[in-house]
Amino acid sequence: MLENYLPILIFLVLGMLFAVVPLGLGFILGPRKPDSEKLSPYECGFEAFEDARMKFDVRYYLVAILFIIFDLEIAFLFPWAVVLEEIGLFGALAMLVFLGLLVVGFIYEWKKGALEWE
Amino acid sequence: MMAWLETTWLTVWGVLPPEVQYTVWTLTKILAIVLPLMLAVAYFTYAERRVIGYMQGRRGPNRVGWYGLLQPIADALKLMFKEVVLPSNANRFLFLTAPMLSLAPALAAWAVIPFNDGMLLADVNAAVLYLLAMTSITVYGVIIAGWASNSKYAFLGAMRASAQMVSYELAMGFALVGVLMAAGSMNLNTIVQAQSGGMFYWFALPLLPLFVVYFISGVAETNRAPFDVAEGESEIVAGFHVEYGGMAFALFFLAEYANMILISALAATFFLGGWLSPFEGIGVFGVGESLLAEPGLHWFVLKTFIFMFIYLWLRATFPRYRYDQIMRLGWKVFIPVTLVWIGVLAVMIVGDIGPWFGGGA
Repeated sequence: MLENYLPILIFLVLGMLFAVVPLGLGFILGPRKPDSEKLSPYECGFEAFEDARMKFDVRYYLVAILFIIFDLEIAFLFPWAVVLEEIGLFGALAMLVFLGLLVVGFIYEWKKGALEWE
Repeated sequence: MMAWLETTWLTVWGVLPPEVQYTVWTLTKILAIVLPLMLAVAYFTYAERRVIGYMQGRRGPNRVGWYGLLQPIADALKLMFKEVVLPSNANRFLFLTAPMLSLAPALAAWAVIPFNDGMLLADVNAAVLYLLAMTSITVYGVIIAGWASNSKYAFLGAMRASAQMVSYELAMGFALVGVLMAAGSMNLNTIVQAQSGGMFYWFALPLLPLFVVYFISGVAETNRAPFDVAEGESEIVAGFHVEYGGMAFALFFLAEYANMILISALAATFFLGGWLSPFEGIGVFGVGESLLAEPGLHWFVLKTFIFMFIYLWLRATFPRYRYDQIMRLGWKVFIPVTLVWIGVLAVMIVGDIGPWFGGGA
């Protein structure tokens, strides 16, 4: 069964090549005339006055954490969805409990305003 | 002459060890997927400019070659001969890795797409998981590009884009759970076969809410209009790829369009029966079980084109969403809708209710 995945590996390597080769061609064929203005970060004509690695809104971080929770939930749902017809009512009820718990959490974060943007 | 060539070829081929034969054969198949895909990407950019041009009452590119048909080639050549600028503050290694991380998965995801019955590169059972993994890696390309550029606009664009992409990935994942429940398999070929029996058996009908959620999430996932705040040229100029030029920019561009075509192909596979004919088992103008009812590659391509056209149509029609509206749509509308519909589906499947899943169909 695992040998079915070999073409995928080859495809990934080839996909990388399809990215590396044009990039290399771009370096070879394009001009190379760096100057300090060209290499400075773009900022609408201003001199960049501070580093770009600055503080950012905590909500992006929150979205990332919520994403992990829900993505795990989806990862658990996938195998369940495939065999649902075999496991029948018991399987469906078990997943209902699990989903119910997560929905309670979802409602809580909603009411807490974790999903609000402005 | 031909016979001589054939015998020589067969002799040379026969001498090669089976591993080499296997690799060469796989590489040939991969090229048979990638080259048409690249051509499709090139002409998708042309079609976009023409279609949106006509929708806005102008002509679009029509100077290079006949009807402007050589425009994408001219664009590619131009980008090839432009300088790849490496900003002085940038982290060079990550800066150059990011476009590769965008493009490679966008291409490699095509390994599991069935173009016709059994006509796919890798007939694997965890194809849906693989697809989700590949579409997730694209987020890394975006966030690494924004971080490595060390530019404020790039950074803001990457933050926005990655938060938006992960949000819609959830909605997309939930929509796919519905497809898996209906098909009972993660193998894309089996998922298509589960929809056989004519267009009323396609999953688009019993899974209509999931279908809509899936495609709209796909549009948001690829950062296309009306969800293109990540680029938002009027506020953050171009978002995460503002510092990229020449071929490095072209790779992002290719990846974006390859992803759009991928989402279209997936929507066709999951919800519109992939390579199946819509007229299967239905008589049309008295031609019944004729050519029209024949499944095949042409149906897959046609369905994919329909979704690709909708992408352009959306861009020409809708103004850009505000960021808070995007996040509200993703979290407060799509996720509840999909959760409810998964519950409905579970009841329909376990209780054998409804015209689709009743009676163990």
